[in-house]
This record gives sequence, C-alpha cells and structure tokens, in this order.
Amino acid sequence: MSDLTSLTLKQALDGLRAKAFSSVEITAAHLAAIEAARGLNAFVLETPDKALAMARFADARIARGEAGPLLGAPVGIKDLFCTKGVRTTAGSRILGDFKPPYESTVTANLWRDGAVMLGKLNLDEFAMGSSNETSAFGPVVNPWRSRASNTALSPGGSSGGSAACVAADLVLGATATDTGGSIRQPASLTGTVGVKPTYGRCSRWGVVAFASSLDQAGPLAKTVEDAAILLASMSGHDPRDSTSLPVDVPDFSSFVGKSIRGLRIGVPKEYRIDDTPADIAALWSQGIAWLRDAGCELVEVSLPHTRYALPAYYIIAPAEASSNLARYDGMRYGARVDGASLNDVYELTRAAGFGEEVKRRVLIGTYVLSAGYYDAYYIKALKVRRRIADDFTAAFEKVDALLTPTAPSAAFGLGDKAADPIAMYLNDIFTVTVNLAGLPAMSVPGGLDAAGLPLGLQVIGRALDEGVMFSVAAALEKAAAFRAKPDRWW
Amino acid sequence: MAIDVEIVRKIAQLAHIREPEARLASLAGELSGILEWIEQLNEVNTDGVEPMTSAVALALPMREDVVTEGGDAAGVLANAPKVRDGFFVVPKVVE
Repeated sequence: MSDLTSLTLKQALDGLRAKAFSSVEITAAHLAAIEAARGLNAFVLETPDKALAMARFADARIARGEAGPLLGAPVGIKDLFCTKGVRTTAGSRILGDFKPPYESTVTANLWRDGAVMLGKLNLDEFAMGSSNETSAFGPVVNPWRSRASNTALSPGGSSGGSAACVAADLVLGATATDTGGSIRQPASLTGTVGVKPTYGRCSRWGVVAFASSLDQAGPLAKTVEDAAILLASMSGHDPRDSTSLPVDVPDFSSFVGKSIRGLRIGVPKEYRIDDTPADIAALWSQGIAWLRDAGCELVEVSLPHTRYALPAYYIIAPAEASSNLARYDGMRYGARVDGASLNDVYELTRAAGFGEEVKRRVLIGTYVLSAGYYDAYYIKALKVRRRIADDFTAAFEKVDALLTPTAPSAAFGLGDKAADPIAMYLNDIFTVTVNLAGLPAMSVPGGLDAAGLPLGLQVIGRALDEGVMFSVAAALEKAAAFRAKPDRWW
Repeated sequence: MAIDVEIVRKIAQLAHIREPEARLASLAGELSGILEWIEQLNEVNTDGVEPMTSAVALALPMREDVVTEGGDAAGVLANAPKVRDGFFVVPKVVE
C-alpha cells in the first residue's frame, strides 16, 4: 500500500471516487509513512485513532454514494489551527496542553468536505521564524539533502512541518499560514507548491494570531491543481472574522491548465538584488522564457519601495504580535508559573513560556508602540506600507500578474542563520511585500540548483484574482516538468 | 546604540516578561541592531501619505447585539490552570 502515498491529492480523490482503494487504506498507508519518518520531526502530534475514525466515516459516506470535494483524503494541519479536543500548541510552551473547545473555520471547512486529519504539524513558535528552529518542539529536518553532504537542512518556516510532510509524501496536502512568507518560502525550499491567497479569502477564526493584518491561511501541496482543490475548501466568508471577505469562492481548479496566451506578466526590476545566487537568477530567466513561450508578453515593471518592505514588516508584525500575545498571561489557559504577586505570575509565566525569538519580537513591538516612539516607528511603517501597496496598484495597471523568485536561497543548514536575526529576516525579502499589500501569491517549484536542492518561482496576482495566478503557475509547472523527489534517507 | 539596558528593562516590564539582569545587555545589542536596520525607513518620503491599517478596504461589518454563543462555563474553564466552583482562580489582586 505504500505507493498510495506517492499519489497526488487529485489522483487520490479520483481513486477514492472510483473505489480503487478505501479511505482507510490510503489513511493507513500515510500513517505508516509518518511513523517511519519521525526523524524529520514534522509532526508535533500524530492522531492515528482520529484519522482512522474519520477515514471509516468517509468510507461510509462513499458507500452511501455521497460526494465531497476532499472526501476520504488524509491531510496534515499546521499546529496553529485550533482543532476541537486535539492539543494545539502554536509551537510554544506557553499554551501547555491547550485543547481548544472549538474548531477553526478553515479546518471545519476541510472536515465538512470530507478530509481526514493525520495530525498536527510542527512550526516556528507562533509562526515567528523562517527556518522552523524557533519551535519549542525542535526544528523540522528538510527531506531534501544537498548532493555534496548529509548535513541536516532547514525546510524553511514557519510552515516547515507542513512543507516537509508534503515533500516526503507523509500527507496528501497540508494547511499552512503566511504572515511574511511562511507558506511560500518553505514551499520553495522543499520543492512543493504553496499558496497565500488574498487577505480575507480564508477565515482567521480559530487560527492562533500572530500579526492579524498580515496573517492568511493557505495550502501546501504536491501540485498546482492540488493546491487549487485545497484552497477552494479552505476559503469562504465567515462572519466570525470581521476581515473575512463576503465574496464567492471561484472554482480555482478550473483555472489550472487554462491558456495564458496574451497575458501581460510583469518582471519587477527591484527584485534583482545583489548577491542573488546565480542558480536563482538563472531560474528566474528560465521562468520568463517559459511564460514567453506560452504566449505571454513579459514587461519590466518597477516596485520602487520593495527594499523598505522588510523593515516596515519588522515594525508592523511585532507591534501586532505584542498586542496579540498579551493574552498569554497564565490565567485562563496554558502554563502558569506561580509567584508572590500577580505581576510576578505574569512575568514569570511569560518568561518561561515564550522562546527567545518571540520575546525579541514582543519587546520590539512593545517599544515601537510605546509613548514617544509610536509616530516615529509604527505610524511611519504604516505609511510605508501604503507606499508599497500603491506600487503594486500601479504595476497592476500594466500587467496581469508578476513573476519573481520565491526565496533568496535554497535550503540552508540548521543553525546557519539562527544566530543573526536580520540574516534570518532576509529570507522573506521577496515574499513579504505581498503580505503588506494583501495580494495573493504562490510558489511553484522550478528546478534544482547545482547542489540538487529545489528552487521556487513566485507568481503574484491581483487582489481576488487567484484564478489568473493559478493559470500562470500551472503553465510554469508544466514547462518546468519538476518531478524530482528527495531520496528516502529517513 | 538606540536601546540601552534601562530601556530594555522598561519595555520588558511593559511587556510583562521577566528578563534576567544578565540578559539585558545582550538584548539591548540585539534590539538596537534590529532598530538600526529599521531606520532606513526614514529615507522614504511619506508626507501626506495616509497610514495603511488594513489590507482590505472594507468597513467593519456590524451585527445585531445578541448572544450568539454562551452557557458553556465548563468549556470555557476546561483549559484553566486553576479552577474552583466554576471560576478561574487567579493570584490576589487587591492587597
């Protein structure tokens, strides 16, 4: 049965509908693969009993002739999504054994559509990180290794567990979240497809909050079509999230394979930065050629404020985080450290519960929001954010989508960047602009670098125009014909 | 250095995070490094630019002021570190 794990989500759904195998069979095959892959540290909680119960329920529905967009398909859930009665940690110690009494809207949508939960996936603590190394559960190991050495590499972050699981065929697809690049950068580093939809497409209700004006959920998947199927289930208006958009969800899959002839694709010149590795520059040029061959018109565009996106982000995201994380006070849920006074309890609980990167960001956020610095830092960053969004608005008057690299490097060694916060932050240099502007973007694997590690290309779409983005990404996927898989060393 | 030990001590208090005295100097260095990198925002002319507070240009939706959920004290208390007689137990607040 182990070959069932090598199927794409679409192939698995077709097989389930044709009764070629049951949900229990394909779920059991994935559970066995997960057990054999514990060395990757991709799961923080395996839920095999729940998975098999959900699979039996799906099989009963299939037997009754029912249909569902994901009926019987086993998936993984980033441990930032609250799952009713199932421990949810956000990769932090401070939540302790928190078992949510409710289900996040995104995961509820997946279960409504018949998906099966295999378990909860590792991530950077509160999704703050680009390497999965800030997790209280330790880093995820990338299934990919360089041809030159067996050094353990990072899968990227914060959705490192989600990306590693998809790359290693442990799940048919996974949920993830993206605040500055946390879906797309891991996708690039693991040879998988990752989508951050338009802000407001997926409900944030029940997703542990990091930076609320930037956080968006989306899928990590094996193919562009799989990502489209998952995103359609995850999306939809939710009155419980005031920023959820009251718009219909298109059939994203119908855009996969659609002709892109005649589309105008922008190539932002500011993304050509010094010290971009030659392999990444070459892949970008290749991507431009692929789209030209597919009948697109390639146009150079300018996004002049690109270089200010990361510094603006590192004011806005910590500011929102310091506010959101104020709720972890040891009173209503999570771990509590006792002390002599109420203040002692707060301070000791938060000191013990938060890791170093989370503390750093809460302190930065507290500083930029404090009296005397609010205008100089926080308001300034919000004004720069407007400039960045305006850059995109101007560019999209001339083009239908943008093509850029996803990340400035291939997978790097665990520990390589952990000591230097700014070096780590620079991982998101090509992805963070889109979060600030609220636009949809996705990463699709384009090829391997000289060391045999995957590299991704990023397609950025207009707000609520995921359809064109999926069409362009599917054309790139077809041209790249990326079939490489990591060697199974684990 | 933009942030000295005194400022770190103050913002750690505001953030309710106990930082050991020995950690304050290294934190001051780390936070100063990040803020110096952020200073490049001052190169951007933002005169007359409206701060962007949201990625969606939507008015905040309103709803009827009615109870939508409730009556589940056990569920609310289920994850509390300390509970007694249907209440959260917290340290003494008023001396």
